[in-house]
Amino acid sequence: MRRRRVNKWLFVAGFVLPGMIIFFLFFIMPISQSFYFSVFEWDGFGPPTDFIGLGNFERLLQHGVFQSAVEHSFVIMILSLVVQLPMALGLALLVGRGKLRGRKVFRTILFVPYVFSEIITALIFRYAMHPTNGLFNWVGSFFPGFEPIPWLADRNIALYAIFFVLTWKFFGFHMILYMAGLQGIPPELEDAARIDGASEFQVLRRITLPLLGSTIRLTTYLSVLGSFQQFALVWVLTEGGPVNSTELFATYLYKYGIQRFHLGYGSAVAVILFAITLVFSLGYQRIVMRQDYVLNPAE
Amino acid sequence: MTRQPTNTSNIFKYALLILVCFVILGPVLMTVLGGIRTNGEFLARPFDLPRQGIQWINFQQILTNSTFWLALKNSLLITGGVTILNVVLASMLAFVFSRVDFFGRGFIFNVLSLGLLFPIVVAILPIFIQVRSLGLINNLWGVILPLVAFGLPGSVVILRGFFISVPSELEDASYIDGCTRLDFFRYILVPLARPAIAAVATLQIIVGWNDYFLSLLILNNSDNWPLTLGIMQFQGQYGTDWALVMAYVTILMVPAVAFYLFAERYIVTGLTGGELKG
Repeated sequence: MRRRRVNKWLFVAGFVLPGMIIFFLFFIMPISQSFYFSVFEWDGFGPPTDFIGLGNFERLLQHGVFQSAVEHSFVIMILSLVVQLPMALGLALLVGRGKLRGRKVFRTILFVPYVFSEIITALIFRYAMHPTNGLFNWVGSFFPGFEPIPWLADRNIALYAIFFVLTWKFFGFHMILYMAGLQGIPPELEDAARIDGASEFQVLRRITLPLLGSTIRLTTYLSVLGSFQQFALVWVLTEGGPVNSTELFATYLYKYGIQRFHLGYGSAVAVILFAITLVFSLGYQRIVMRQDYVLNPAE
Repeated sequence: MTRQPTNTSNIFKYALLILVCFVILGPVLMTVLGGIRTNGEFLARPFDLPRQGIQWINFQQILTNSTFWLALKNSLLITGGVTILNVVLASMLAFVFSRVDFFGRGFIFNVLSLGLLFPIVVAILPIFIQVRSLGLINNLWGVILPLVAFGLPGSVVILRGFFISVPSELEDASYIDGCTRLDFFRYILVPLARPAIAAVATLQIIVGWNDYFLSLLILNNSDNWPLTLGIMQFQGQYGTDWALVMAYVTILMVPAVAFYLFAERYIVTGLTGGELKG
């Protein structure tokens, strides 16, 4: 009996430790250390010694570029919620089920951008959106009175151009989630409503969307988190420019924390990012996704 | 009269879908057409057929360059390392979390679940500091291990859900027949969970293959660069020859699309936690 218990613990240790050690070394430790580093002025050489309390946070919150980076991240987030998600849902309704011929072909095409890396996507659009020789302005030139637009070089347009590329790449992902949700809705419910005289719009509003609730809540969650973690695409398209007009959280962190080797300062940015992510994640899960099972920790 | 699925509404649906497909495929086609034409042709017209013949020379120039093959090797090493480690470690963890009762299990699982809250980008700077203090800068492991750490929680959740659904009678029966826990895991559970494992592996292949940010920070020496960094370097060098860069992008798109067509089922299962069929 005792031997079996020892065996069991050996087994558990052997199965749990390898994964958890990597998780500890590269997740728990870095994240907790960044709180410590964030209160130092530290160039990354030798151990941090120059304690400055909340100095990094003060400087950070007063930095105009950081403020606009936060603002841009929020713009991307809101646009994703009001443009990208409804579009994904609409397309999922069209190709996710039903008798439309060729819907599987459409579905495959619509999901293609999701499999390209962000680098490939960004390079494609660097050429497609080029101010003089790009595809966008070439297509535009067929319309009378069209003036070539410097998509990524105009500080008033660049952020929206980036949002377009983000949508191009990521809406397929949300569409797939909606399609999965739609398959969980028994068609009898909608048919019954139709027989009772409900219009297609009423069926959608009163039956389909409410039943899709948990999926909509999940995609909202993933979409918000996604808006705070864009880097590669923006970096290749604009490097945060022109004049910081497309600076986002991650590009700011990279430019001002890592490239300039202000690791203490960068850690403060990371801590703020954790705080935002954590408050949002926990709050959203507690309040909005309460009734759903997703991300539910151990019983 | 019952409402027929009228032709007009179908025409509208098709028109909309075709328009969206044009927006999706237009830039992709532009890239392919750019890669098989001369630079002059592209500058004259971004979207046109190759009227001066297909410029195989663009592809030749890239594929005969040894840095391309080096970058491909690094990409494969990173992708392979991330996928294998993630799948093996996540299955082991998921097995324990779903089937072995022990003191502290809930706590450890909750700690791991924290990983679901933070995407890797938000922690990139602390990871960089940690990798540096472990002496793994310029080492592919410095990219692989953090990607594994951040991928584990999601994989464990998917696999655990699947493992729980395997009836416990099967486990009891195998013990009666003399299986050890390890035997049950290796010979019964893992083979049964093959679809779920394939889904997890597929998602990790995408993660490893597409990584850019972490490689950018950790790998300073261009001999260690994966394709994502390699193409950016190439782009910096030959930036004025658009056709050449687009040929490079085309070369990288081919395996992505091929992999997608081959693994669509698994990608979809992985993303939706197994809910979407056919």
